Amino acid sequence: MSPKTLYDKIWDDHLVDEAEDGTCLLYIDRHLVHEVTSPQAFEGLRTSGRTVHAPERTIGVPDHNVPTTPGRDVHIDNEESRIQVEALDKNARDFGIHYYPVSDLRQGIVHIVGPEQGWTLPGMTVVCGDSHTATHGAFGALAHGIGTSEVEHVLATQTLIARKSKNMKVEITGKLAPGVTAKDITMSVIGTTGTAGGTGYVIEYCGEAIRDLSMEGRMTVCNMAIEGGARAGLIAPDDKTYAYCKGRPHAPKGAQWEAALNWWKTLFTDDDAKWDKVVTIRGEDIAPVVTWGTSPEDVLPITGVVPSADDFKGGKVDAAKRSLEYMGLTAGTPLCEIPIDTVFIGSCTNGRIEDLRAAAAILKGKKVADGVRAMVVPGSGLVRAQAEEEGLADIFKDAGFEWRLAGCSMCLAMNPDQLEPGERCAATSNRNFEGRQGRGGRTHLMSPAMAAAAAVTGRLTDVRELM
Amino acid sequence: MDKFEKLTGVAAPLDMINVDTDMIIPKQFLKTIKRSGLGVSLFDEMRYDDDRNEKPDFVLNKPAYRNAEILVAGDNFGCGSSREHAPWAIKDFGIRCVIAPSFADIFYNNCFKNGILPIALPPEQVDLLMRDADKGENARMTVDLENQSITTSDGEVLTFEVDAFRKHCLLNGLDDIGLTMEKAPAIETYEVTLAQARPWV
Ligand code: SF4
Repeated sequence: MSPKTLYDKIWDDHLVDEAEDGTCLLYIDRHLVHEVTSPQAFEGLRTSGRTVHAPERTIGVPDHNVPTTPGRDVHIDNEESRIQVEALDKNARDFGIHYYPVSDLRQGIVHIVGPEQGWTLPGMTVVCGDSHTATHGAFGALAHGIGTSEVEHVLATQTLIARKSKNMKVEITGKLAPGVTAKDITMSVIGTTGTAGGTGYVIEYCGEAIRDLSMEGRMTVCNMAIEGGARAGLIAPDDKTYAYCKGRPHAPKGAQWEAALNWWKTLFTDDDAKWDKVVTIRGEDIAPVVTWGTSPEDVLPITGVVPSADDFKGGKVDAAKRSLEYMGLTAGTPLCEIPIDTVFIGSCTNGRIEDLRAAAAILKGKKVADGVRAMVVPGSGLVRAQAEEEGLADIFKDAGFEWRLAGCSMCLAMNPDQLEPGERCAATSNRNFEGRQGRGGRTHLMSPAMAAAAAVTGRLTDVRELM
Repeated sequence: MDKFEKLTGVAAPLDMINVDTDMIIPKQFLKTIKRSGLGVSLFDEMRYDDDRNEKPDFVLNKPAYRNAEILVAGDNFGCGSSREHAPWAIKDFGIRCVIAPSFADIFYNNCFKNGILPIALPPEQVDLLMRDADKGENARMTVDLENQSITTSDGEVLTFEVDAFRKHCLLNGLDDIGLTMEKAPAIETYEVTLAQARPWV
């Protein structure tokens, strides 16, 4: 048998049918749905008299436009948001899928709830009508986003029509320096390869620095594979993966656990497997980074200065000019002198317990700078509860942070949490597009520890100064 | 998906190039939970003024074209974002066929997924159909997918190209889901194997 990559193995294991022209039918193990991209798909099922083929493999949770303030389980003010959430409530009931409504403690961002509840397991295929489905790749699952017609297709058939991507290896060697986190890894990779560097590929992240990461950190890395243009990101499962999965509500138990474990242990890239592209970065070379522009590839070490459009080539010159103007930045300004007025800690990139611990470690005994509005939006109700138990919530609140309920919140500003035009935000989310966090809002992406440091000083800050 | 076999109806002329999906359906309508109901918002900014009154000059507001089922348009129709709301809005309005010299790729694909027939023709033929459409509601065109022909109100016949597989799907009302369902036995077989090999899934 010819050597295979991890991606090849998962793909082959899920192939239902392959047509002569290379179009494949792939079996889907887990389908996650949320309120924004699913209503039309369910409506499609109704009008064509179809049902959900495998409701037991389908999990719904409202997250994108739910408010993160108390009372939302009773009433949502914004009518369109309320209708979308109510539609998901009804669809979940009518079609009998697993469901975590806003009133459920386990509700949260779909990509945090899936792993937390043990729905996401190694070697699975996982899809969701959301591009950050890549997050689940941290378990060695093939996970990616799909469009609304495809959501309906998966609901009706539990399969997806797909074509195979190419194999790309991203290796992070060695150890990370103090103050450098999973977020800095994944942003540095995008800074190196560009937002189209992964187009047409599924990335497998490997190397010592990746192995050293916790599951939370690995999810952060895979989450942003999509910002690098890749279809999906993967990390081979290991003891940390198994330990994370063990005992989760929907993880296998007893003899099935043993059987699963045996199979999971075959999920790695064979020696001599063929890579279509390889990128290697030394862990030691990665610094705490921030974005300065309006594309996730606009990444620089916090010790750097705002670039000039002339530093770039080709089409990027105009793009950089536009970015700098939108961001209200002048070339040559040290990044750590840029004042901010908002801090957002949360999202499917950095809304897990480890992220909150990292931010709280910086904040302990300190205060949010005058004039800065800071909020923490835990990724799920369970993350929130755990943070309260560990005393993290008090640290945030004492420092002057708002302590919110779980949801996507200011990551995409479809709910009331939005930036005003011109406001500048230190954010732990994944997209710094124009208007992403509110019309005219300016976003700098960074790790939770860096965002906490910015909250304390009121400017972009090298977290190592506060360590 | 609705079948598309043969359609005889009024064709509306929209003599503009680069009609993008933002023009077809602006972003404020994406918060909907339906595919249907978007027809009233089709071409929203061109169709209504700031007070939501119809602009009488816009083609689909003219009495002759209010029930148009065919749209004849300029080059590069449907460019811009991938929103599937664009073909949803067109179909909900009642248009089942769009004729233009060329289409943006994603929009073109999305049409077939939604029972709409997009037809690309050489510019001079589109011009001829545009002039025919200009004649108003008595000038009805016939689009025959089986024979791949368009008959103008004067009885002139043009032929068009369409991918054989897509033609088959439209004629039979097969969407991707319908086609995949034809493979139900393969899916069942897979599920039986899965239940044995990886029962925890
Ligand atoms: S947190 Fe942000 S990126 Fe993640 S699913 Fe929600 S909106 Fe998408």
